[in-house]
Amino acid sequence: MSVPQPERPYVVELREVTKEYGGGVRALRGVSLLVERGELVAIAGPSGSGKSTLLHLIGTLDRPTTGTVRIAGHDVAGLSDRELSALRARHLGFVFQQFHLAPGVSALDNVADGLLYSGTPLRARRDRAAAALERVGLGHRLGHRPNQLSGGEQQRVAVARAVAGDPPLLLADEPTGNLDSAAGGEVLGVLRDLHAAGTTIAVITHDPEIAEWCPRQVRVRDGRVVADAGAGTGRRPPGPNPKRTPEPAPDAGTAGAAKGAPR
Amino acid sequence: MTRQRPAPARLGPSDVLRTGAAGLRTRPARVVLSALGIAIGIATMIAVLGISSSSREQLLRQLDRLGTNLLTVAPGQTMFGEEAKLPVEALGMVRRIGPVRTASATGTVDTTIRRTDRIPKAVTGGIAVQAATADLLTTLEGRVVTGAWLNAATEARPAVVLGAKAAERLGISRTGVQVWMGERWFTVVGVLGPMPLAPEIERSALVGFPAAEKYLAFDGHPTTVYERSAEESVEAVRAVLPRTVNPENPEEVTVSRPSDALAARAAAASAFTNLLLGLGAVALLVGGVGVANTMVISVLERRKEIGLRRSLGATRGQVRLQFLAESLLLSALGGIAGAVLGGLATAGYALSRDWPPVVPAWAFAGAVGATLVIGTLAGLYPAMRAARLSPTVALATT
Repeated sequence: MSVPQPERPYVVELREVTKEYGGGVRALRGVSLLVERGELVAIAGPSGSGKSTLLHLIGTLDRPTTGTVRIAGHDVAGLSDRELSALRARHLGFVFQQFHLAPGVSALDNVADGLLYSGTPLRARRDRAAAALERVGLGHRLGHRPNQLSGGEQQRVAVARAVAGDPPLLLADEPTGNLDSAAGGEVLGVLRDLHAAGTTIAVITHDPEIAEWCPRQVRVRDGRVVADAGAGTGRRPPGPNPKRTPEPAPDAGTAGAAKGAPR
Repeated sequence: MTRQRPAPARLGPSDVLRTGAAGLRTRPARVVLSALGIAIGIATMIAVLGISSSSREQLLRQLDRLGTNLLTVAPGQTMFGEEAKLPVEALGMVRRIGPVRTASATGTVDTTIRRTDRIPKAVTGGIAVQAATADLLTTLEGRVVTGAWLNAATEARPAVVLGAKAAERLGISRTGVQVWMGERWFTVVGVLGPMPLAPEIERSALVGFPAAEKYLAFDGHPTTVYERSAEESVEAVRAVLPRTVNPENPEEVTVSRPSDALAARAAAASAFTNLLLGLGAVALLVGGVGVANTMVISVLERRKEIGLRRSLGATRGQVRLQFLAESLLLSALGGIAGAVLGGLATAGYALSRDWPPVVPAWAFAGAVGATLVIGTLAGLYPAMRAARLSPTVALATT
């Protein structure tokens, strides 16, 4: 497959992007965003700010109303629905707030299914899935089913599924949103390791502390980018975990519990 | 743009099957229930076809065993519409035809057979009294169940051999019993077995020609001549029989082939079979609706999975294929279960009737075809719906 050319080092390239939904709802009002390879970027904003729309556009799950979206060098406007699917299969990995693991299927096969649409044979899919689970620290849980895993472990399986194919870009949509702070800490630790190994990661979050944790923050409000340190600044390692890791979370199990970090 | 356009990878057949089966594995109870409808439909149709062809096979084998080379000659009607008679020499003439191997005759005797002389004459029980030549049993390839057939000695004596049904109606199952025929007692010397090619003999009481003439005022005119020839010359013999039997009035002679009736029965599919086939088809249709319903619900429930698969890089076509494969698998499971059940039902019924169990191969082929068609039709609409779902909407499902 194509490798990003040197004159285009951007993994994500949005120029003057707008998105309008039916009924005149303007979710994005001219967003420009450049992400280089190897960055760890937080796309942060309150709900309704347009960050979910931004995620859909970067994830090529939707198309802009106007403006240019280029992912891994491919102009989304010039690609058919089939070609966009292929782009997602090879260049993008998704992690969702709700894990989206298949019930009753082992962690190994859940991760292996992430490679199903990339044309990898079954045996190779399983080998790479085992390696990916090893990377997120679940090498000992290959045969466990989702209901036999904790929330943090389930989300780490989902991360393994997203990175099993070594995509140039990992999109994490509120990855700790359904986890208590200890489990959220596990997941952030995995993202830190992936970042250290060179994966480009965009974390979409409404949580200011997780945004602070990322070396580069893109703040979105009312469909516009209101603050951005600029392309390339996300290459630095992230800050210390926003959680007091040794202490178990007092409100474990509460949705959106990734809070209570020291300042 | 010089960049190569991304092209989706093709899913291999085994991957298509795996994704199709994935949805079924997690909901076994639903799979069993929705496949059941198809299974019942297929089982009904296979069993109906199997049982009717087993019965046909039974008839054909019987025909094979009995042979189709038996012809019967009977008097027809004269030009003036009266009952004709066969000449007394008819049997001798038939025997002189080259390819004829054996020929025998029976002649209706105008009398009745009763258990005692106290029973009124009108109560005949539907039993005919007939004179028979001594080689009749050979020609008909019949069998004596008890006692003996008429021989040179008994055919001139007041001795009678009963056909299977006649014996049953008279309530006689052993020899030595006296029966009242005409104006005197006859002794039962034998009882015959069933004769599928000559059911009229089953309902007869048979005495020898000489005895019939001597004791029962028989006129000696045969009423039926039975004749067997080589299989290949049956048609030739049939052509010359009327002229041989009655050279003066060949048109007064009727020739028939008793095996034709059996062959016709084997060829006819009964209206009952068609009715049951129709019922099976209705069950199959209902089963198909059940599968379609299950698939629609499955697509509604699995919107998140569809969204996930789209984000993993599945094309619309691959999502469509997954749900079509699931629907096909579901109906194939029903079809296989139905074929097995139908086969077992056929075997059970046929064996209980002592028939050879036969299910025609085309019935199984038809079942496979029907299953595939139903699976496709039932899965098409849900699969289209799944494929049309936009990934963002699918993922936003709570």
